[in-house]
Amino acid sequence: MADEVVLLDYWASMFGMRARVALAEKGVKYEYREEDLRNKIKSQLLLQMNPVHKKIPVLIHNGKPVSESLIIVQYIDEVWRDKAPLLPSEPYQKAHSRFWADFIDKKLYDACSKIWSTKGEEREAAKKDFIEILKQLEGQLGDKPYFEGEKFGFLDIALITFYCWFHAFETCGNFSIEAECPKLIAWAKRCMQRESVSRSLADEKKVYELVLGVQKMLGVE
Amino acid sequence: MEEVKLLGFWPSPFVYRVIWALKLKGVKYEYIEQDIFNKSELLLQCNPVYKKVPVLLHRGKPISESVVILEYIEETWPENHLLPEDAYERALARFWIQFHTCQIPSFHAFFGLTAGEDQQKTIESVLETLKILEEQGLGDKKFFGGDSINLVDITHGWLALWFGAVEEMVGVKLLEPSTLPRLHAWVQNFKQVPVIRDNLPDYQKLVAHMKRVREMLVPQV
Repeated sequence: MADEVVLLDYWASMFGMRARVALAEKGVKYEYREEDLRNKIKSQLLLQMNPVHKKIPVLIHNGKPVSESLIIVQYIDEVWRDKAPLLPSEPYQKAHSRFWADFIDKKLYDACSKIWSTKGEEREAAKKDFIEILKQLEGQLGDKPYFEGEKFGFLDIALITFYCWFHAFETCGNFSIEAECPKLIAWAKRCMQRESVSRSLADEKKVYELVLGVQKMLGVE
Repeated sequence: MEEVKLLGFWPSPFVYRVIWALKLKGVKYEYIEQDIFNKSELLLQCNPVYKKVPVLLHRGKPISESVVILEYIEETWPENHLLPEDAYERALARFWIQFHTCQIPSFHAFFGLTAGEDQQKTIESVLETLKILEEQGLGDKKFFGGDSINLVDITHGWLALWFGAVEEMVGVKLLEPSTLPRLHAWVQNFKQVPVIRDNLPDYQKLVAHMKRVREMLVPQV
């Protein structure tokens, strides 16, 4: 019997994109369902499948829901284990990837959001935090082609989905991420050459338009 | 020879998660107490990102963040499984482990509880997250892990002693048979598991320590 895979998602969500990249890496066919988050409308299905947090992404595999993007990516890796392993097999390296993916979730999102949702001194402080976090991640990358070495994997997926938002951050914050973190941008461009990534990430211009729209609503420019 | 060391701090529930997991797996380790108010070179070297305990050292290599450490222990010493073998059940377990993270802000607020308007809001927020944990996480099971404890029970283990100490300190009891019957029963069952029963900090010392910390953080109390 064929697997039935549905992904509840929002086109601009860097968390949803992680699931998309993982599914693409594994060559899994799935049905993509867009939630209308811009208008704050959550479908009955989303509320049923993620009653605790009511958030996307939710992966529904043969009717059973999995929530939280990094948990989804690990689930995808474990179920479709015959192709493209995403997590390292060695426990210490796995722990290293999990630690830094957790770091990204703890620190990066809040720092980024403040760049476009605040102004003046608060925005400058957010830019500084953001660059510091990226520099720490760039330090972990070192001279390797990907975070885990020669192969694209879990930690690359955790971070690369923020890349399509960089244009919005740079324009709002009036700075160049490449000037501060050239190795990281080189890594991002390398990842973008993978079809799983280029097809899963949102168009950066559309993301910027979205940010402009939200800024107008919040009264920030 | 397996060389396992644990950098800890005696009142920390996060450190106890690791102690319980190591003991359940029968792993011998050397415990090294840290003074978190006067951090050692070893701690700063082993956890430069967060500078916190617990840190597990295995064959000289450090792993930080208790949840990452728990997954590492599970993979490195597979005897006595502490996570389900089925991929979907494992994803669910990871979801409930991660649920702890979103409880932290309301628990911090509860820890610093003072009289005033916010008190009722804080109490309601804590009760709400505990109700979700009880109804959707635990359900009718004896333990989160079913008939025996697993990493989900270990992650929420702080409710078995530390939460009671906070309740005593702020003078508000929330985890009662009348308000949270199944979670209350879970606490009693959890504390009777031999590895847990034999590895808990002294309750009075804990309350005294928490009072001191609270005085430092909440000067007007």
